[in-house]
Amino acid sequence: MSKQVKAIVIAGNGTNCERETAHAIRLAGAEVVDIVHISELLAGRVCLSDYHFLNLAGGFLDGDDLGSAKAGANRLLHAPVAGSGEHLSDHLRQFIADGKLIMGVCNGFQLMVKMGLLPDLDGELRQSATLTFNDNGRFEDRWVYLKADAESPCIFTRGLDGVYLPVRHGEGKLVAESEQVLADLESRHLSVLKYSTKDFSPTMEYPANPNGSLAAIAGLCDETGRLFGLMPHPEAYVHRTQHPRWTREDDLPEDGMGLWLYQNAVKFIREELL
Amino acid sequence: MAWRIEVGLKKGVRDARGERVRREIAEHLGIHLKEVRTIDVYTVDANLTAEQIEAAANGPFSDPVIQEVAINKPLAVDFDMLVEVGYRPGVTDNVGRTAGEALQYLTGRHLVADEGVYTSVQYLLKGQLDRDVTERIASGFLGNGLIQRWDIISAGEFDNSKGVPVSVPKVVSTAEPKVQQIDLAVADDELLRISRDGVLALNLEEMQELQRFAANPATAAERAKVGLGASLTDVELEALAQTWSEHCKHKIFAAKIDYDDGQGNSETIDSLFKTYIVGATRTIRKAMGDKDICLSVFKDNAGVIRFNNEWSLVFKVETHNSPSALDPYGGALTGIVGCNRDPFGTGMGARLMFNTDVFCFASPFYAHPLPPRLLHPRRIFEGVVEGVEHGGNKSGIPTVNGSIVFDDRFAGKPLVYCGTAALMPATLHGQPGHVKKALPGDRIVMTGGRIGKDGIHGATFSSEELHEGSPATAVQIGDPITQRRMFDFLLIARDLGLYRSITDNGAGGLSSSVGEMAEDTGGFEMHLDRAPLKYAGLQPWEILISEAQERMTLAVQPEKIAEFLDLARQMDVDATDLGEFTDSGYYHCLYAGKTVCYLPMDFIHEGVPQLKLKARWEDRGHQEPEIAQPLDMSATLHNLLARLNICSKESVVRRYDHEVQGATVLKPLVGVENDGPADAPMIRPLPDSFEGVVVAHGICPRYSDIDTYHMMACAIDEGLRNYVSVGGNIDHVAGLDNFCWCDPVQSDRTPDGEFKAAQLVRANKALYEYCVAFGVPLVSGKDSMKNDYQIGDTKISIPPTVLFSVIGKTEDIRKGVTMDIKRSGDLVYLLGMTFDELGASEYYDMLGHLGANVPKVDAVTALQRYRTLNRAQEQGLIASCHDLSDGGLAVALAEKAFAGGFGVHADLRKVKREEGMREDALLFSESQSRLLVTVRPAMQEAFESLFESQDISLLGEVTEDREVRIIGLQGEVLVRSTIDDLKEAWQSPLREM
Repeated sequence: MSKQVKAIVIAGNGTNCERETAHAIRLAGAEVVDIVHISELLAGRVCLSDYHFLNLAGGFLDGDDLGSAKAGANRLLHAPVAGSGEHLSDHLRQFIADGKLIMGVCNGFQLMVKMGLLPDLDGELRQSATLTFNDNGRFEDRWVYLKADAESPCIFTRGLDGVYLPVRHGEGKLVAESEQVLADLESRHLSVLKYSTKDFSPTMEYPANPNGSLAAIAGLCDETGRLFGLMPHPEAYVHRTQHPRWTREDDLPEDGMGLWLYQNAVKFIREELL
Repeated sequence: MAWRIEVGLKKGVRDARGERVRREIAEHLGIHLKEVRTIDVYTVDANLTAEQIEAAANGPFSDPVIQEVAINKPLAVDFDMLVEVGYRPGVTDNVGRTAGEALQYLTGRHLVADEGVYTSVQYLLKGQLDRDVTERIASGFLGNGLIQRWDIISAGEFDNSKGVPVSVPKVVSTAEPKVQQIDLAVADDELLRISRDGVLALNLEEMQELQRFAANPATAAERAKVGLGASLTDVELEALAQTWSEHCKHKIFAAKIDYDDGQGNSETIDSLFKTYIVGATRTIRKAMGDKDICLSVFKDNAGVIRFNNEWSLVFKVETHNSPSALDPYGGALTGIVGCNRDPFGTGMGARLMFNTDVFCFASPFYAHPLPPRLLHPRRIFEGVVEGVEHGGNKSGIPTVNGSIVFDDRFAGKPLVYCGTAALMPATLHGQPGHVKKALPGDRIVMTGGRIGKDGIHGATFSSEELHEGSPATAVQIGDPITQRRMFDFLLIARDLGLYRSITDNGAGGLSSSVGEMAEDTGGFEMHLDRAPLKYAGLQPWEILISEAQERMTLAVQPEKIAEFLDLARQMDVDATDLGEFTDSGYYHCLYAGKTVCYLPMDFIHEGVPQLKLKARWEDRGHQEPEIAQPLDMSATLHNLLARLNICSKESVVRRYDHEVQGATVLKPLVGVENDGPADAPMIRPLPDSFEGVVVAHGICPRYSDIDTYHMMACAIDEGLRNYVSVGGNIDHVAGLDNFCWCDPVQSDRTPDGEFKAAQLVRANKALYEYCVAFGVPLVSGKDSMKNDYQIGDTKISIPPTVLFSVIGKTEDIRKGVTMDIKRSGDLVYLLGMTFDELGASEYYDMLGHLGANVPKVDAVTALQRYRTLNRAQEQGLIASCHDLSDGGLAVALAEKAFAGGFGVHADLRKVKREEGMREDALLFSESQSRLLVTVRPAMQEAFESLFESQDISLLGEVTEDREVRIIGLQGEVLVRSTIDDLKEAWQSPLREM
């Protein structure tokens, strides 16, 4: 039993992509993938420590009413776990300290950034960047090309040059607290995915860069490479028929490019955490 | 005390929202401002310490990277005019609700009944502004006086030390609950006054029926036993009015109609609904025999058809027109989240799979003076689109299909159709998933939102009846998150077997949901005072009929009630036990232990007298225009592509998440640049199966101007040809009809009511005949019959409009076909015959004519064509397929070409056609049942042999040269244009919307 890769996808309060995320992780080879409503964690019936891979899926936590994922971050930071005297955030810190993996997609990425989990340059889980309104002030659904940084410590993007995925957000523009934060992100290769042209060169041009994100940043990791967040949706492209042009591009492989990120995670867990 | 927390952007941070507002003020109002900046304001009316407020302001309420906060002092600097817009008391404030919850997590205590958080937005405007212009901006764009209030302060008036005064929009009501008796033993005039003043919308005959009921000595004797007098209570009168309303009882569709066809034939139709709609489905199901796909039709909140052995498909389409006219954002948002509850509350409950939306608007560039109380179509467009965007995106339901129809008569009333499909387990706990039944003794449980004065009497209120301090009752704002939490909970409860029946609270609120569920058992006993309220001061009748959103009603077996309520509590969902279902035969409500409503079930549900209508068709003598053929056909094609009904709606489509849930395998935008107009989407709902769902629709109100019979036939055909175009199986498809009509009841206000009723009859006859001919059963539908605007001498009636939606199955999504041409050298075929049918076409409309030759549908050849196309798709013979609709052949060719990124050369002489047609008719006729396909040369033989003896025309081929070239009847080059120019003409009109 100990050889099983175990993943958890948190649901509830406006998380929307939990089912397709769980499907992607299963396809990638994880043996156990549980969709767990947050109330189960807060009631203490399910424990984070039983898993290797925490997934914060896309959606609109609390409607993004206080800014994307803000109210959700507040809940995770302050909500107590029944009967334990601890907060969910304590469990989360332990999970990170144990060297396990966290991946946040879209709203899950916003949540990680606003909780200070990413980019976490100083190891203190302090918020140093944010994701805010797209430059055009609108929600948009469109597919984007993403250049991966080959020198990044990110374990999810190992071996990838670039991927093609959909973005579906209104608040995806990354803004850093200071020039220094941006400089650190770049020099430490934490800005692992960048909005790009079709030939995978990073761009600030709309619509290839759909939101005006600083330095075209679409995804971040922490220095361990085990915490990773991105605005585009890898779980939305795990099969050929999810590609917007599969009816005209005959050479598309059966697996979608988004699946690669999950396969890397499962491989890493199998090699390093089991 | 109340605290004011202001949250603004730090210096140097781009205010994207402010920039968008500035842009839109220029577009909507023509007022050009130098700058708009925004500040979010939280007014916290709660007993908290300064430290707690500080923690909230710097915690959940703000983002430390880009925002700064100020408590009880203003942030505003450097502006000419300040406008702060907040909600009126009682209006749903979703952000305020979330902010209140955030405070609870932060402080560890719940806000108490009297406490609350209220939000407003401050706009700092710079530019040439006086108070009048600012008021115009506030009322014309930033706020809606029906639901919002605003303060305007000029830079000169602004006090830097105080800022905007604190205002707490709390509902203050001192009204004590009271039940009124209404004496109906009065003269007819007085009966009508009671109906009118009480917004009961009952006619004299119906009021007299109530009068007779109350006067019956047997009634009085029964009532005495429960302590009621002979007079009806206000609770009873309201319950009856709701149940008997046009909205709930569909009295026009149930009416007895004397129809005169204008040629000396007359007949009596006893219910359009039973005769034509139910009748069609009955005939078709009989013919289908053991291939019948219908599981539950007309009796539940949505229709249910078979998908496979494990799963069933649920589909419903609703309209939300009047609320969207008053408050486009709230109306449309409520429309979509309200429609979501229908499939969710069908059978034992179903997981929501996708939304569809179709809007009918006047031109956003409408430049005529608007009659009083109408919002500008541009504002309606923006508000409705945003409402559906928030409703769908936040709920995690992809919006996969839709369209926007423009006609300036929709200025009188926009049409907002919202559809939702869901996936239901075919069996659940050993029973069919689509079957449910409450039993006597089951508990009546309400879940989800709380009850306020929202939506009482629907949207019949006018703004003058609202005043400061009184809750806004006319319109509602949906709350997708509260609903999402409830749905998460109920799906778990369903799978645990914690309830026996479920339905939604929509029109009529508890009165309707509990009343209808109680038909299973034959009665109920409900305690209105137990219902959770948003604020104090609601009267018992208001609790009963409030249409407050996000609520479901369930029948929970008594042995499961504790477990049900416990699970709800854990998942943070309100659930309340309101009483029990009985077999008493009575619709019985109590308040504080006293009976306030006691009506026999059969009277309330079956007592409404049948409406009688007269319908008379007349030949309006339409003629074909005598016009010369345009000299420059390329320019004509460009102009057509730029027509509002034809041009790209990409800017709207992209605002809807059409891919969440990961199942949308054919997307609304297709082609080499992901921007071509798909005919229909395809969904793969089960990740372990390649079976798919296809949904499509047809809508063509312009044809009603000639004949509603053909309008209906064309809508059905359009829906089906979009459906088959992508690969939907023509033998596994169901239809839904949504009628939106102008008032067809003859009266002083509607002198042409008999004609409008005849239009309705003719549309229904076509509905019956074509559904039967195509073998497409109707499974659900809805009607909205009063889409007129009338104030003073101005009357605007919408064109009679039917949205015909179809949903069905494809065995293998990998056989799906998109509309974009794929490679040069492919052959271009037109399927179907072309007739001189320019009547009510986009082409004639562009030239200012109506014409007479409205397109007609030949269902027999069409069905054969669609079946053959399905076979060609299964065999992989079709490279691309696109239906022909508005703008005809020329528009479809252009769209296929620029979506695919290739040229097309086509020859009009090859088109199979009616004799004697001119080139403009060949190019732009809207003859039905036609499709344009491209086929690889290697597949030519197989393709042509499949279609042997059918009307197909090989028009030409796909070319590398990125040019659409159409050869005319004399062999001349009639149209020649690059696909880039054609695409630009098609994309530019609504690109910036």
